[in-house]
Amino acid sequence: MFAYIVRRLFLMLVTLFGISVIIFVLLRVVPGNIVDILFDAAGFVDPADKANLERELGLSQPIVIQYLHWIGGLLHGDLGYSYVSEKPALEEILPRIPITARLAGLALLFSASIGIPLGVISAVHQGSKLDYALRVVSLSGLSLPSFWLGLLILMASVSLFGSMPIFNPNPKTWLEALTIYAVPAMAVGFRSAALTMRITRSSMLEILRQDYIRTARAKGASEASVNYHHALKNAVLPVITVIGIEAAFLIGGLIVTETVFNIPGIARFLVEALRWRDYPIVQNLVMFIAVVVVVVNFIVDMLYAAIDPRIRFGD
Amino acid sequence: MRSVQALAVAVLSVLAISDVSRAAEPKSGGIFRIYHRDSPGSASIHEGATYSVNIPFMPIFNNLVIFDQHIAQNSVSTIRPELAESWAWSGDNKTLTFKLRKDVKWHDGKPFTSADVKCTFDMLMGKSQQKFRQNPRKSWYDQVEEVTTNGDDEASFKLKRPQPALLSLLASGYSPVYPCHVSPAEMRTKPIGTGPFKFVEFKANESIKLTKNPDYFKKGLPYLDGIEFTIIPNRSTAILGFVSGKFDMTFPTEVSIPLLKDVKSQDPTAVCVVEPNNVSTNIIINSTAPPFNNLDIRRALALALDRKAFIQIMFEGQGDIGGTMEPAPDGLWAMPKDMLESIPGYGPDVEKNREEARKLMQKAGYGPDKHLQIKVSTRNIAVYRDPAIILIDQIKSIYIDAELDVVDTAQWFPKIARKDYSLGLNLTGNAVDEPDQSFYENYACGSERNYTNYCNKDIEKLFDQQSEETDLDKRKKLVWEIDKKLQEDVARPIIFHARTATCWKPYVKNVTIMSNSSYNGYRYEDVWLDK
Repeated sequence: MFAYIVRRLFLMLVTLFGISVIIFVLLRVVPGNIVDILFDAAGFVDPADKANLERELGLSQPIVIQYLHWIGGLLHGDLGYSYVSEKPALEEILPRIPITARLAGLALLFSASIGIPLGVISAVHQGSKLDYALRVVSLSGLSLPSFWLGLLILMASVSLFGSMPIFNPNPKTWLEALTIYAVPAMAVGFRSAALTMRITRSSMLEILRQDYIRTARAKGASEASVNYHHALKNAVLPVITVIGIEAAFLIGGLIVTETVFNIPGIARFLVEALRWRDYPIVQNLVMFIAVVVVVVNFIVDMLYAAIDPRIRFGD
Repeated sequence: MRSVQALAVAVLSVLAISDVSRAAEPKSGGIFRIYHRDSPGSASIHEGATYSVNIPFMPIFNNLVIFDQHIAQNSVSTIRPELAESWAWSGDNKTLTFKLRKDVKWHDGKPFTSADVKCTFDMLMGKSQQKFRQNPRKSWYDQVEEVTTNGDDEASFKLKRPQPALLSLLASGYSPVYPCHVSPAEMRTKPIGTGPFKFVEFKANESIKLTKNPDYFKKGLPYLDGIEFTIIPNRSTAILGFVSGKFDMTFPTEVSIPLLKDVKSQDPTAVCVVEPNNVSTNIIINSTAPPFNNLDIRRALALALDRKAFIQIMFEGQGDIGGTMEPAPDGLWAMPKDMLESIPGYGPDVEKNREEARKLMQKAGYGPDKHLQIKVSTRNIAVYRDPAIILIDQIKSIYIDAELDVVDTAQWFPKIARKDYSLGLNLTGNAVDEPDQSFYENYACGSERNYTNYCNKDIEKLFDQQSEETDLDKRKKLVWEIDKKLQEDVARPIIFHARTATCWKPYVKNVTIMSNSSYNGYRYEDVWLDK
């Protein structure tokens, strides 16, 4: 087990190194840099001014030197300066992480607390009207684009309550604080809940046909005990995998939700930074998201062993 | 005629609203909440080339002179003193001298002097040690020989030749005076001005906050305690925010005509004005390479345009047809209607124009059996893409099959600069309704923004002639002649001039939207909230 963990940690480092190289190179392969954008906004290209600015920002250095400069800084906690705001990248990124984390956390909570029970109910009542109704709900969750759902929610809020739950950095009441996160979390969590529900349902259906479930029933175990204690515990592994993937997605993939609800989280910031070719921000944000994805995957793998004692990691 | 009447009614309504609001006694206090359409690249107006920078940061500064903030049509007669108490031209019209106010302090408490004026314009002319990261309006000051000072309260602009337009350029929202003691880098992140509002914070992609300057040199102003801009790039969310009351005003001139209907239906109390914004949608042609190095094909292209159709489709009829200068009645320099309609392609009979265009195409070797295949390049932004698609449809009628080539915004100007296009759809905004700004910037030989490299030395002589002319009527006639020639030369065919709307809540008082520029009307020193 210990050797496995060490190997996984080593692989995590290799993965992160690979990602750092890929993102660094890809950013520079994409046509245009911050200087092009600035001069684009100004409406003309003066080669001398452009060259000066490129030199000032270190963009005229060889790509390897630029990479080593970035990685060297990263290892010392120096993330560089944003080309656009001219503030330290850390100062720009750090305040946005809790915002996205809160939103993603609430969305996951919504997804799991709705998706898993409904998935179980749907599987247990397979073929019933309730099952069909829940499957329609889950299909609509997967089909509805979250930006559209978000806009519908906003329009309904304005029409019914005369206000809308868009982001406010200084909410006046706890209810407002909850609303500005909970409503977008529901909008994005609906799709996630639908996915969780479908995975839970199919996994439960497979487990409910196993011999040991029949044995448990034959031994007189209650339906609830059979469904939630014996079946769900064994059906939950693929669900955990999906939740893990969703968690990783939600950290960097909330661009549409953050845009519609005007939430200043990292996904919107990343897209905006990409638009400006603000390399220090993009590189560091992508690395942050990569670390989250890798760590979440690692935790999910560890959870497998904790939940299912049959799983052993080979040394 | 009906559109003229509608316009007159709209103008009178706005004047009436303005008069009513001005009749009431202004109240102090309150935060003016506006949404912003995007996150500006910096807070430095001199380094910006978009009104995304002017609107939030203009309230921080003052100019030497400024266009009257309550007269929609900017002109020389509406220029008012600001940091200058008065100004005077020398007898030979080659020196413009400003007497400066003595009671002005920067937001950090340091006194404003003539040295700050010299610093600012030396930097704009590229003559100082300190440099802007980018300096998009350097060409505005091409005719300024030097800026001199006489004591702390007098500054003079010495010109190489008379240029009456200089005063208008100095009155633009793009011409604030910067402090000598603050570096350009600091001005991009924490600007310091002398204006009615002080900078508080700028959180990229989030918000911009300004607070009242209690030591503003105009006593009793500003009325507002502050201004807050919330950055909302999603237009639907932003409009819903305005309708629900989260904002007191929309981002100026950012409400399209179709969206205006939504706003008015959801909030019938909203005060909305539709104004031209002196932005033309035009075609840039690469005349250095085939097929558009053939003048006949360029002329055919100009003849194929159905300008009214563009305006009808995109703005439900609320747009204007004109040349380079903004059309009348809002534009000061527009050609008379009969002169405009005498230009090939501007006549009302579109089918007749196109028949002529087809003949020119056939002369160039194209016809029903041999279509010309080209790409129409444009930026990947809706206001560029939409007219490009209509253009592609229209030029089908003259045997041109075009494909839309959408270019990432970062690549647009580099692509144009290296002439890697044959036909492009472009938008040109004018900060001041002033021929010097428009002609030299867009059509002078060698100008950095003359993307098509159009160069006609004869017309350039006329540019200088009109620029030096101090008699307004004579200058106007020269400007008309130039504009007509530019259209006849198919230098950069102008398709239309757009109109857009701005809305605010009825309790917002003293807001005026300019009708011949989107860059000059955001000082907000006497805006107040009646609630």
